[in-house]
Amino acid sequence: MKNRTFFWFILPSLVTMILFIALPIGSVFIQSLHIEHDAVFKEVKNCGPFGCKLEIQVDVEASAQLKEDRPLGKFNGFGTYNNRNHLAASELAQAWADSPNWKIFLSKTYNLPFYRALAFTLTYTFVVTPMVLLLGFCIALGVNSLPKQFKGPTIFVSLLPMIVTPLIGSLILFWMIDAEGILGSTLQWLFEDPNLSLKASPKLTWIMLIIYGIWHSAPFAFIVFYAGLQTVPTDTIEAAMIDGASRWERTRYVVLPHLVPLIVFISLIQLMDNFRVFEPIVGFSAQASATSLSWIIFNDLAGGEGTFFGSAGATSVLTILGVALLLIPVLLRTWRDFKGKVV
Amino acid sequence: MSEIIHRRPWPLKTIIWLLVLCWVITAGFPFVWTLWGSFKVQGDFFSKADWAYALSGVRTQVETGGIFTGDGYFGAWITKSFWVAALNTMIVVISVVVISLTLGTLGGYALARSGKKYAFYLLMLALVFRAMPHITLVSGYLLPFFEWNLWGHLPTAIIVMVAINQPFTLWMLHSFFLNIPKDLDESAMVDGCTRFQAFRHVIVPVMWPGVITTGLFSFLLAYNDFTVTATLLSQANQTMVPKIASFLGTTQTEGNVMFAVAAVVSATAPLFVLVMFFQRQIVSGLTSGAVKG
Repeated sequence: MKNRTFFWFILPSLVTMILFIALPIGSVFIQSLHIEHDAVFKEVKNCGPFGCKLEIQVDVEASAQLKEDRPLGKFNGFGTYNNRNHLAASELAQAWADSPNWKIFLSKTYNLPFYRALAFTLTYTFVVTPMVLLLGFCIALGVNSLPKQFKGPTIFVSLLPMIVTPLIGSLILFWMIDAEGILGSTLQWLFEDPNLSLKASPKLTWIMLIIYGIWHSAPFAFIVFYAGLQTVPTDTIEAAMIDGASRWERTRYVVLPHLVPLIVFISLIQLMDNFRVFEPIVGFSAQASATSLSWIIFNDLAGGEGTFFGSAGATSVLTILGVALLLIPVLLRTWRDFKGKVV
Repeated sequence: MSEIIHRRPWPLKTIIWLLVLCWVITAGFPFVWTLWGSFKVQGDFFSKADWAYALSGVRTQVETGGIFTGDGYFGAWITKSFWVAALNTMIVVISVVVISLTLGTLGGYALARSGKKYAFYLLMLALVFRAMPHITLVSGYLLPFFEWNLWGHLPTAIIVMVAINQPFTLWMLHSFFLNIPKDLDESAMVDGCTRFQAFRHVIVPVMWPGVITTGLFSFLLAYNDFTVTATLLSQANQTMVPKIASFLGTTQTEGNVMFAVAAVVSATAPLFVLVMFFQRQIVSGLTSGAVKG
């Protein structure tokens, strides 16, 4: 295809992506270097029955004017990155100096909002992703061996947790797990503890969110693996059988290697999607015990305590760096494959 | 021979059946339960006394005189004007699907036919864009949109979602167009068509299966989105998902959780129908990316 034609074909798509994906990344960075204006003060003569005195007041008009003139705020350099709500280098150093051992240092670090969110985001990403792979693989093996007439309906039901709106899916589970809901009261009965509440305990909240994540994403892995199982070469399996391989050995040495590309694909998609975990925290109202990077950005923008563009920008830039770190191995691999193809 | 492969000893069979059964219950039961419960009053669905009330509907009988009640639905759709949100969702979703498919087919076709190095780099760039958490992008829009008075309107949310959707659409349609033989449009060009005419008259008629599959996923993205719609739309223009989220704050205090339950069931119903009719396309769409890998 000629370069000119290619250009015109791709132009509309490219323009939207540049305008609404590439530029915002730049704009987020600029925002992160700025911070809200300080309030403008003025001296006011306040005269009462006991004489006059000078008072310092916030000049509302001038503050609003300043904000309108320069909506970005004042320049702050990398100050926002280093404050308590983000990387908090000085707090970390302080905590390091004060802590006699690792445990105390970690628990102090966990009290800083950014590291708290990072801890949950990473835990969620790196627990949910392998569990999804494992569960998806087991279900795929199971469904693959069902009689034909059961396969369709099973796949239909399996698709539901994945297809449902994440916020809605988490609400549905949240209502069931509520102390007055069916699962919540069943658990109370099982553990014979009438005060057991999954919402009250941070640990249980984490587990609940992770279970939700697995429930939501397992169908994706299942479908991909299931499709992969249809293409496993029967010749190889038959050959393995003739050589006396057991059922387990056939799965381990024939089926699994065949599925390796799919494992890479699912892990890639899952890492990207789990790293942005956000809706379940809103749905489960779990922000007291678990926050994620996406959630703290959202909270800065629409949390109800005002909008903090600088702070949201700084967290966003740090999050984007995190995504880049996650992606580098994949990109390198793909690039190498591509080079190999061309040369 | 394949008969022997599929013959399994009975303990293994039992384990497989149990596993699949467990999964089907885990996957399906929450939906059945919430659908059932949405026709009850709060005292039954969130029963302080006994969870079995939700089955028998004891409080529902006392409060409304029947075993089932549509109060939740009436409250959500009429009292809390959920229908406005449903209408907004319809506008947003249809626009997003149509626009992103139009842009995506053109771009995906170009990427599939180019064979140049930069096409590969563009695809890689799209993959990086696909990985960006949506909220980081939104935090970049918010200030400019406030300043230029673009914030709060449906078209703004639509174009933003189209853009966020593009990387995925490009990838999917690109791999789909690769499957359409090159000879088709090239022979048309030998006959004197320009590239665009070849696309218009030869490719467009055969591309529908792939476009429909991609469209389904665009639909899901737009329909399921919370991040963009919750931050970029004003109260009056809210779509269903942020509306449900705002229900949570208000209804919990008013004791109207059932409004939210009814709204949740209403919003899930279209997805249910979608899976029912397009199960095959969804499955093939999920796997097409993987097989090309």
